[in-house]
Amino acid sequence: MINRIEILTTVFDSRTELRKKNKKIKNITLIDVYTIDKKLSPVDINKIGSSVSNPVTQQFYVRNDKENKLFNKNKFDWAIEIGFLPGVTDNISHTVKQIIEDLLNTKFTGSEDVYSSQITLISGSLNKNETQQIADDLYNPLIQRAHLKKYKKYIKDKGMDFFIPKVKLLKKPTVSQVDLEVSDDKLIKIGKSGITNPDGSTRGPLALDINYLKTIRNYFRGKKRNPNDIELESLAQTWSEHCKHIIFANPIDEIKDGLFKTYIKNATKEIREKKGKNDFCVSVFNDNSGAINFDEKYLITHKVETHNSPSALDPFGGAVTGIVGVNRDTLGFGLGAKPVANYYGFCLADPRIDKKLYKGKNLTQPMLSSNRIMNGVIDGVNAGGNQSGIPTPQGFINFDERFRGKPLIFVGTIGLIPKKIQGKLSHVKKALPGDYVVMLGGRVGKDGIHGATFSSVAMDANSPATAVQIGDPITQKKLSDAITKEARDMLLYNSITDNGAGGLSCSVAEMAKESGGVIVDLKKVPLKYPGLEPWEIWISESQERMTLSVPKQKWKKFKALMDSREVEATIIGEFTNSGKCLVSYNKKLIMDIDMDFLHDGLPTKLLTTTYCPIIHDEPNISENKDANSTLLNVLSRLNITSFSFISQQYDYVVQANSVLPPLQGRGRVNSDTSAIRPNLNSQMGVIMSQGLYPSYSDINTYHMAASSIDTAIRNAVAAGANPDYLAILDNFCWCSANDPERLGSLKRTVQACFDYAVSYGTPFISGKDSMFNDFKGYDEKGKPINISIPPTLLISSIGVIKDVNKVVSLDLKRPNDLIYVLGETKEELGGSEYFNLHKSIGNIVPKVDAKKNKKLYDLFFKAVQSDLISSSISVGRGGLGVALAKTAMGGKLGVQIKLKNVPGKVLRNDYLLYSESQGRILVSINPKNKIKFEKNFRSTTFALVGKVTNDRIFEVIGLENKKIINLKVDELEKAYKSTFKNY
Amino acid sequence: MKKPRILILSGYGLNSEEETKFAFDVAGGNAEIVHINDFISKKKKLSDYQIFAIPGGFAYGDDTGAGNGYANRLRNHLWKDIIQFINEGKLIIGICNGFQVLANLGLLPALNLKYGERELGLMPNEIPRYTVRFVDLKTENKKSPWLKDIKSLSIPISNGEGKLYATEKTLKEIKAKNLVAFRYYKGKMSNYLNLPASPNGSIDDIAGINDETGRILGLMPHPERAMFFTQLPNWPYLKEEYLRTGKKLPKFGPGLQIFKNGVNYFK
Repeated sequence: MINRIEILTTVFDSRTELRKKNKKIKNITLIDVYTIDKKLSPVDINKIGSSVSNPVTQQFYVRNDKENKLFNKNKFDWAIEIGFLPGVTDNISHTVKQIIEDLLNTKFTGSEDVYSSQITLISGSLNKNETQQIADDLYNPLIQRAHLKKYKKYIKDKGMDFFIPKVKLLKKPTVSQVDLEVSDDKLIKIGKSGITNPDGSTRGPLALDINYLKTIRNYFRGKKRNPNDIELESLAQTWSEHCKHIIFANPIDEIKDGLFKTYIKNATKEIREKKGKNDFCVSVFNDNSGAINFDEKYLITHKVETHNSPSALDPFGGAVTGIVGVNRDTLGFGLGAKPVANYYGFCLADPRIDKKLYKGKNLTQPMLSSNRIMNGVIDGVNAGGNQSGIPTPQGFINFDERFRGKPLIFVGTIGLIPKKIQGKLSHVKKALPGDYVVMLGGRVGKDGIHGATFSSVAMDANSPATAVQIGDPITQKKLSDAITKEARDMLLYNSITDNGAGGLSCSVAEMAKESGGVIVDLKKVPLKYPGLEPWEIWISESQERMTLSVPKQKWKKFKALMDSREVEATIIGEFTNSGKCLVSYNKKLIMDIDMDFLHDGLPTKLLTTTYCPIIHDEPNISENKDANSTLLNVLSRLNITSFSFISQQYDYVVQANSVLPPLQGRGRVNSDTSAIRPNLNSQMGVIMSQGLYPSYSDINTYHMAASSIDTAIRNAVAAGANPDYLAILDNFCWCSANDPERLGSLKRTVQACFDYAVSYGTPFISGKDSMFNDFKGYDEKGKPINISIPPTLLISSIGVIKDVNKVVSLDLKRPNDLIYVLGETKEELGGSEYFNLHKSIGNIVPKVDAKKNKKLYDLFFKAVQSDLISSSISVGRGGLGVALAKTAMGGKLGVQIKLKNVPGKVLRNDYLLYSESQGRILVSINPKNKIKFEKNFRSTTFALVGKVTNDRIFEVIGLENKKIINLKVDELEKAYKSTFKNY
Repeated sequence: MKKPRILILSGYGLNSEEETKFAFDVAGGNAEIVHINDFISKKKKLSDYQIFAIPGGFAYGDDTGAGNGYANRLRNHLWKDIIQFINEGKLIIGICNGFQVLANLGLLPALNLKYGERELGLMPNEIPRYTVRFVDLKTENKKSPWLKDIKSLSIPISNGEGKLYATEKTLKEIKAKNLVAFRYYKGKMSNYLNLPASPNGSIDDIAGINDETGRILGLMPHPERAMFFTQLPNWPYLKEEYLRTGKKLPKFGPGLQIFKNGVNYFK
């Protein structure tokens, strides 16, 4: 029997307001529906109804499919019901199931389940098309279904239909052999489209090129057999670009050891050697996060990931899985660090432009609009971060139309872990032979098989959504608490890692390196629903899971603890020292591969590059006489404007560790830098920031990287970070990385990473790359179109400071304070926001003088420690003009500035205001500190450029001693906050 | 004098237990975090504590209404212990998600001391989105020990469902019996941030409620997130004031007073 508990909100419901976009809509009522597929008595079902609704604001009724009755007597015109497709994670239903089990002391068994959906009742004279359009805005057909009914039909049917989105897998799970003794053409096809099913369909890309497949064939020739499907799938995961970083690892041109080792790893090595006993790095590049010393007792970890392709398809699911996924890189660091801050960055296309894009020919498989993608990823990080109780103080947004095909979704997490746990070093872990392989957390389903390559799979009501996943933050929160707050400190396991890309196949095989082998029984893996093939269980990326190695004698205690926290823990195998990765299913060995081959068997690939820089036209921009309107215009641009609507919906005050919030001063201006106090018992703090300049890649990726590094460091320093106690992380997001020209620009970027990290003495501690951010599809006319992102390097910085009282916010503090510019302004507007405003690119990007800047930053740190700086803002995108406006808006105070005094040789007012020269900080100081301040900086380039005024007037005197800007600070703020005012 | 024992509940997505414990400990208490299941399995006893705190969080993901899932679990398993706790004259506080739990349990306002009847709704904010900001609170309530010596308080809210709803009849009685613990008002911090007084459209600007004994307090804003000076949004500005007048920077913020009041009640 199917029961539908339908809950009607009887008082004003603010959720309905958001849905009244169409002006014809007169009224909206929402009904939350829980469909329960389980035999229950009428008394029990009514008890459930009371338990899942609030009588003060709601009323509920129960419909069942045996005696269908009409309950809802409201008058309306259209009903839209939206629910999930089969197999899609439904967190609400999960909660309702728990509530029922607890209330009735019962269990859902077999195929019994609960499904959530929501009905939107609309009053208004709308036709079917218009109603369908409203529905289209409310759901994503890749993961949800929408059902429309007219009022008359609704009355006739006595309501919406009884529908159970159950996954039905009819085939009996089998293991098949894959014949690799075939022609080269056929091998290529296997690599590209995947293993062929008996019905002729293919399973989705293995992304193995022909050399890899031939190596695999040779290996199995030695074994005198063909590989099983699971063996080939497993190798494809382990050898993927995603897991093995082929482009960064392989020899490239004259660089034998590859880009990663030569330039990133070696930079860190050199810096650590130079730092000697001041080296603060503890664990770099070899764990799920990088770690540095926090104080004598703790380590701080950091990791930044991308989740680009999934977010393009289902922005909400992609982003929520991204953020809870990177949280697991914290839980999976050492013996498990506790997440203390989340971090985000969205590179998107303009949400105000509605340019249609299709994945399929003939205007089929439409991509979501830029606006939907933006709102979806924002909501995803909101749900993932807020529900997990992890503060999100820091983030950024960046816009370029080339992010239309694939947005870049950066997500990061900072963690805290005691250095020693019961005397054992927490960052060292080792699975030992004889330990149980334990899977912890969520169950395995078809979600996340073959990542995001499912777009060609037609979806119908009964086909499970295979690649799209939705994170379940609460299941993970339970797991996270049980690990970092209990099991870890009892030393109940020897090793732990995250189940991310490649699922069990990667996490188990990776940990098996520590012991020297493993044997797994896939029959023991708990499934979301029956019928999964063994290879699917092995590589599924279903979320919220960790893999642990638990010593046999500790299992009972571990299991009892996890049971009491409602975290599912299952033994699925045993770590060995056999040198083999063995997998069985139904008592049959189905995978038997040597560990050496699995991890190191992939052949070397020689990469070659070309480099041919493009010369752009020098822009011919005449200086606008109305400098007021130019400034207002710049402030409202997407890459400059306030995104407070995002900052204030992400909880940055949870864990009580907030020190420098994301919005600063009276004007609540978005800051590039934040600070937290991760350990409440200590005055010590962590400062975090970032730098990225995708637009500079159009000119020169070497200088693009240099600017990104300088900005990430400078932003942190401007807020009070110690330049000698900063670490950085790299995230390379490239495009068409098979193209030698693209590899040429990559090579230069990585070379700059080495040069500048070493010059600043700022080590890389962790990184990640995503090399193929290209979209191939069709435009609004059905014409083929390729969109590649601008090559993007995100540098994230993290620094430790001794005293959280010694940080500086960006807002001006007091009238009559003096304003200084530190560093030199040059005519460097190539790729700048100002040239972009004039639809130009130019050729002269900022160049970074690391030696000079480092000296300035060292002195700056001294000045902050001596409390000489009242406000400070790093000069970045939009140059001095934007920095001045932000600091004034932040303090809601006026300024008087003389451009003539700004150090440098720029001859035009507009270029002086908007040049993006690196190495500059804008500060205000107490006039009483003038002598001390100037003495502190006397060996560097700096100048007094003006003062703070009380009249809230923003006044700039140009090079010719004429007033060129004269605006009220309120006008600046209005422009700055105009772009996302209605978001 | 022995420190009062404070129980901070955890589990199922509650997430502010550590900082709430920290605040009670700084205030002079002896706080302990206990997973709800350790009470259900009788590993721990509610009666061993003097203060019962349900901290902020996102229990059960706010599904079926914020606080509802956790309230159900408490009602199903620990109802008698809670009633006994109340009858023994002890203190209870629910902060944010904790307030939502107390409301769903019918412990607030519990008119005529009828514990168990739901009389409040905490609904999606007027703009139905998670919102974080500082607010100003004022209180005229002299009855609740939690509010001793507090007239106003600037602390942050951080929630998606903080808009309080009650029927006209309930609201009238709440007001007549002086059970409003806190109201949002346009004070110093709202002026500093240039934001309206109410963050969520709560009925009658109500931010917190207590029961008729005054010993049970529920509030949407988070006092533990304003226990340090450096948690205040205007602290860098205030720091300049202190520096220029030669004063020492304070260590703590206004939120701590609530925890001190709780602890001092037993001293």
